[in-house]
Amino acid sequence: MSDMAPPIDLHASQVRKFNIQDMLFHQVTLVFAFIVLAALAGILISLAIEALPVLKQTGPAFLWTNVWNVPEEQFGALSAIYGTVVTSVIALLIAVPVSFGIALFLTETCPVWLRRPLGTAIELLAGVPSIIYGIWGLFVFAPLFAQHVQPHLQTALGDVPVIGGWFAGPPIGIGILTAGIVLSLMVIPFVASVMRDVFETVPAPLKESAYGVGCTTWEVVVNVVLPYTRVGVIGGIMLGLGRALGETMAVTFVIGNANRIVGSLFAPGTSIASTLANEFGEADPGLHISSLFALGLVLFVITFVVLALSRWLIHRGTVKQGK
Amino acid sequence: MSAPQQTADGDAILEVRDLNFFYGDFRGLTNVSLDIAKSRVTAFIGPSGCGKSTLLRTFNRMYDLYPGQRAEGQINFHGNNLLDRKQDVNLVRAKIGMVFQKPTPFPMTIYENIAFGVRLYEKLPKSEMDDRVEWALRKAAIWEETKDKLQQSGLSLSGGQQQRLCIARTIAVKPEIVLLDEPTSALDPISTAKIEELINELKDDYTIAIVTHNMQQAARISDFTAFMYLGELVEFGKTDTLFIKPREKQTEDYITGRFG
Amino acid sequence: MSLYTRRIWTNRIGIALSMLAMAFGLLALLWILWTLFYNGFSALSWNFFTQDTPAPGSEGGGLRNAIVGSLMIVGVTTLVSTPIGILAGIYLAEFGTTSKFAATTRFITDIMLSAPSIVVGLFVYALVVATLGGFSGWAGSLALSLIAIPVVVRTTENMLLLVPTSLREAAFAVGAPRWQVSLKVTLRAVKAGVVTGILLSIARVTGETAPLLFTALNNQFYSTNMSQPMGNLPVVIFQFAMSPYDNWVSLAWGGALLIALLVLGINVIARVLFRKKSSD
Repeated sequence: MSDMAPPIDLHASQVRKFNIQDMLFHQVTLVFAFIVLAALAGILISLAIEALPVLKQTGPAFLWTNVWNVPEEQFGALSAIYGTVVTSVIALLIAVPVSFGIALFLTETCPVWLRRPLGTAIELLAGVPSIIYGIWGLFVFAPLFAQHVQPHLQTALGDVPVIGGWFAGPPIGIGILTAGIVLSLMVIPFVASVMRDVFETVPAPLKESAYGVGCTTWEVVVNVVLPYTRVGVIGGIMLGLGRALGETMAVTFVIGNANRIVGSLFAPGTSIASTLANEFGEADPGLHISSLFALGLVLFVITFVVLALSRWLIHRGTVKQGK
Repeated sequence: MSAPQQTADGDAILEVRDLNFFYGDFRGLTNVSLDIAKSRVTAFIGPSGCGKSTLLRTFNRMYDLYPGQRAEGQINFHGNNLLDRKQDVNLVRAKIGMVFQKPTPFPMTIYENIAFGVRLYEKLPKSEMDDRVEWALRKAAIWEETKDKLQQSGLSLSGGQQQRLCIARTIAVKPEIVLLDEPTSALDPISTAKIEELINELKDDYTIAIVTHNMQQAARISDFTAFMYLGELVEFGKTDTLFIKPREKQTEDYITGRFG
Repeated sequence: MSLYTRRIWTNRIGIALSMLAMAFGLLALLWILWTLFYNGFSALSWNFFTQDTPAPGSEGGGLRNAIVGSLMIVGVTTLVSTPIGILAGIYLAEFGTTSKFAATTRFITDIMLSAPSIVVGLFVYALVVATLGGFSGWAGSLALSLIAIPVVVRTTENMLLLVPTSLREAAFAVGAPRWQVSLKVTLRAVKAGVVTGILLSIARVTGETAPLLFTALNNQFYSTNMSQPMGNLPVVIFQFAMSPYDNWVSLAWGGALLIALLVLGINVIARVLFRKKSSD
């Protein structure tokens, strides 16, 4: 017994110290978690406050008014919302099939030793700062596009009813379509990574049973993998959409920055983020700056909804399974 | 069955009385009462899910970490009810050490693995700490293998060595009771033999409670054996008696391999 | 064509298209990197790192003020966001398994991971720049911190949740108080993962442009005063690339190459570090 530590109650002071430290530890970490939460609430509130003057003047009509006249102090968000939505839709139209192909390749057909390096390459692509995409789009892609692609698009599709108008106007390289394409390159890595991750959640026995009845790889993917991962795949697409809607630099360089709505996709336009990037620095206090905050608020609310939906779907897609 | 099943000799260091345990609404232990004899080895056997690990984890209130798990009843230790809300759990755990199924070396050097727990309740000068580390490692029969690499990571050891390091870490704090939760189930037979030998040597200084799924192991190393089934203590007594002449039919069926 | 041949061909076409998609993705990466090197490499010179941004239309000059500014802004961002992110991550992993508050925080950080960064810039403008009078390096760091913190929070939490329960229990089993279990055992066990998260957050903010536009603004002169507008690489690249001056455009390419190399380098280091540690 001689080398036994002292009996239980002699440690009272140490115990008290530990309890106080633990309580502090709990409180301190809680405070920091709270800071994170408060930041988002702060963003929402501050945007709303700053946007108040213009919203008071225009009311909800701000959303569907197609005017952006700085000297006359008349502001409406429609052209920016239009540009944001159209560029994002174009981006997704390209990014979704390509990402699906990449995810399919990485999970089903790629030789195992290549999976990791190729997957890493795609993830690295996701890490490239958007300003790089922007400068590349402006100096490399847009001129090539204007010279080699746009004229052909015009000759091929310009006379087709309805969609012909999308390809009207001078092929200057810069415009809504270019912005959408550059944006799609930015979004592909995100969507492809999520799709690959959800594809990997499909239990091997399920796929094996499909192969077992003689399905081809394509049939397994279409009939087993996709239905099984549907929810997660949609979540991944929504994540890409959220990214595309809020992207600033990749778009600002190549969209042309014209506050108007033109039917042609070749024409310059604007998006919410690019309007903010271009005008905020020089905006006069008053209605102009307030309108820009209102644009920010609109963007934030839209992306918040899209991202919340995406998170919910991805979460459901990776957790539930097998319904 | 709620009357305590008595141990034949020795004084009880831990008296379990009417212990009930709940995982949310599910009852994991029902009216368990028994005495853990001081300086003896008590083994808990029974099929998977019988509550033997659950019981062991009430002795150091490990279940406290998980909301929704709670224990009712009494576990008396030096006249204090361990289950009492006011009882400080850190202290309980320092006096009642635990070794786990898988080796769990901390992500630090071998030396620090031992010193970490000691420092919590004792302020020792460097030389005394060195002595304590050596003492614990010797006691756990791993000193010879580690004395030249005390500054290496504990993760660099083999599985069996890691488990002995964990035992050394537990006894370095000088607990009165050592709880072993299937300590050899992740180890090869040679490492298992070493750990069993070690348990045999440790029982002079410590009270040992061990959960094992291996009946031969229980028979080899324990003085008392408790057989549990479906959250109840079916039979408890001297190991020799329990294995040779079990009182209960269920015990007999289990040890003769008819179920489990 | 028999049903069987049709199925085989559908499969072949599908697989071929998927390979095409993969090739498309890789080619895009290579194309972008190649043009970066092609246009940016010639701009990199001794002067590029030692001289400040030139006046409009003039020759020569470099990006010293922007490089130093970026390093300082990102450095401060890392110093601010790392402790906040780690502590919040610990809260979520250790205390936040059941609480509503933690679930909300987790949800919000997930949203903030992908929220438009330009909106963060607006927020900091309204909060700091407009109220405290003026653009500054501090404001830039604050904006970038809001982007970096969610990255650190989520990686820290995810890493901590990977710690085997038995290791945590073992630390409690020697009688350690909760804070020591967290900081000295579990956090240490996932050190590599947490460092990876910090590196990724640095990589993420290094190239961020939008949040700096209305916070740090820009400064054509060399300055290490964080209370003043501060030059920084992304904003300089933006301004110079959109300008009509060849010299500025060339410097913008150089800056873009520098940023891309930094960001890709950090990404690669983070991956190697994490893989090495987690395969131990």
